[in-house]
Amino acid sequence: MPPSQFTRLAERERRRLTLTIDGAAVTALEGDTLLTAILTNARRVRANEFDRKPRAGFCLMGACQDCWVELGNGDRARACTTFVAEGMDVRTGGGS
Amino acid sequence: MTGETIVIVGAGPAGTRAAETLVRAGLRPVVIDEAPFSGGQIYRRQPPGFTRPPESLYGFEAGKAKSVHAAFDALSGKVDYRPDTLVWEIRDGKVHTIANGSNARAQLPYDALILATGAMDRVIPFPGWTLPGVYTLGGAQIALKFQGCGIGSKVVFAGSSPLLTLVAYQYAKAGATVAAVIDTAPFAAKLQALPDLARGGATFAKGLYYTAWLKMRGIPMFSGATLVRAEGEQGIARLVWRGAGGDERSTDCDALGFGFGLKSETQLADLVGVPFVFDEGQRQFVPQADPAGRTPVKSVYVCGDGAGIRGADAAELAGERAALALLADRNLPHDRGRAASIDASLARLARFRRGIERAFPFPEAMARAVADETVVCRCEAVTAGEARKWMRELGARELNRLKAFSRVGMGRCQGRVCGTPIAEIVAQECGLGLEQAGRLRGQPPVKPIPLDPGPEE
Repeated sequence: MPPSQFTRLAERERRRLTLTIDGAAVTALEGDTLLTAILTNARRVRANEFDRKPRAGFCLMGACQDCWVELGNGDRARACTTFVAEGMDVRTGGGS
Repeated sequence: MTGETIVIVGAGPAGTRAAETLVRAGLRPVVIDEAPFSGGQIYRRQPPGFTRPPESLYGFEAGKAKSVHAAFDALSGKVDYRPDTLVWEIRDGKVHTIANGSNARAQLPYDALILATGAMDRVIPFPGWTLPGVYTLGGAQIALKFQGCGIGSKVVFAGSSPLLTLVAYQYAKAGATVAAVIDTAPFAAKLQALPDLARGGATFAKGLYYTAWLKMRGIPMFSGATLVRAEGEQGIARLVWRGAGGDERSTDCDALGFGFGLKSETQLADLVGVPFVFDEGQRQFVPQADPAGRTPVKSVYVCGDGAGIRGADAAELAGERAALALLADRNLPHDRGRAASIDASLARLARFRRGIERAFPFPEAMARAVADETVVCRCEAVTAGEARKWMRELGARELNRLKAFSRVGMGRCQGRVCGTPIAEIVAQECGLGLEQAGRLRGQPPVKPIPLDPGPEE
């Protein structure tokens, strides 16, 4: 697993959930946003559509729109305003 | 009671106090909020199941946070509360909403509207600011407050903002490694602002406390700095910056939180037709309104940081004041004495605000010297150089024209992030005042919503 971006400093005692990021099963905690779930397991959330460079969110308040990810069912979700759910299947936009 | 529909957009400090005031007058407003829980950004609540007490989340502001939360919770059943709901368009007297994460849309005709839409961080782009690990100061605070997370394991905080030392303090206190606090404001600015800041009393003292606390723990703190670039491959690995003496320095880190004050979220005021006026001190256009929050559009009111940056204390007062204005305009009973006393308090806070603007000055030189290779529009990955090219070659001397040519501000965020920095670049490149550079017009949907082509045949 690549190094993570976010570090957990508090609230570590929550129910564990499992989700899939780019096909790999990872663990998150109930109450995590999708952004937290991804960034405690990786350093990137998506690739910019134009320069294909990695992005990992920016404002965390639903304003900058720089953390949209694709879900396995084809839906898209803004990672910082979506709570993680058991079994979510997240695609971060390929490449590395 | 009346049969009218009063809609409040936003459930932060301003929206909460507006709703409370209308309920006290016997009305039952609709409160639409994008967030799942009330409180806004500053008093954002943690998700259910989290256990930190308010004192740990909000520090010195815990009392205010608890009061705003309690006020909103007491409205349960007395307001038509619609959390997790985005207002994406306002047109022909109707608010158009969509539930977050679904395509459940609705239209709601209104008789009066109070917009309490808040603010976000104001940024200045620099090379590398799109790298993973680089966040706004507000975002860094949300990671900790709302998720119990740090944005990295070795964090630099930089910029010019009351949030700078506050967030650094909160991180250090939570056990994160703060690699440095890099203030772009010269120390002298703080001293010059002392007379106005001192009027803020407690707020001023808190700022001193955070700075002293950080210094005592040996956290490196610098002032008068300029941010040069963030370097790294998969994410930020170091921040390169220039010290007050012009020397180039570098600080290793795996995350950066930065910001230069706040900018108002004004898209909805724009859609409803409120004219805008330029505010020199804030370097931004704000919806036109009288001191009570009345706009020139009948039955439309603005309050809180969405009406111009005045801070959370002023937002609470302004929310109540806008609601009192609404009651007065509809010939409903209201407390005139209270309105007058709020007006006096808001005037006092305005003087304190001038001190804040001087103590945390916007680094104009840095904003106007954005290097050509810097991505300025994160969404569309447009660089400052490309934007300048369109200004020079096609004479795009105004933001909306520049957007049409270059795509800056055309992406998913609708120029929320790049609008203010691009205006600075247009002003510099074209030799104009910021006001002449203009402002990006709001467009529906104000945030991305799912395309709904209807059922398949």
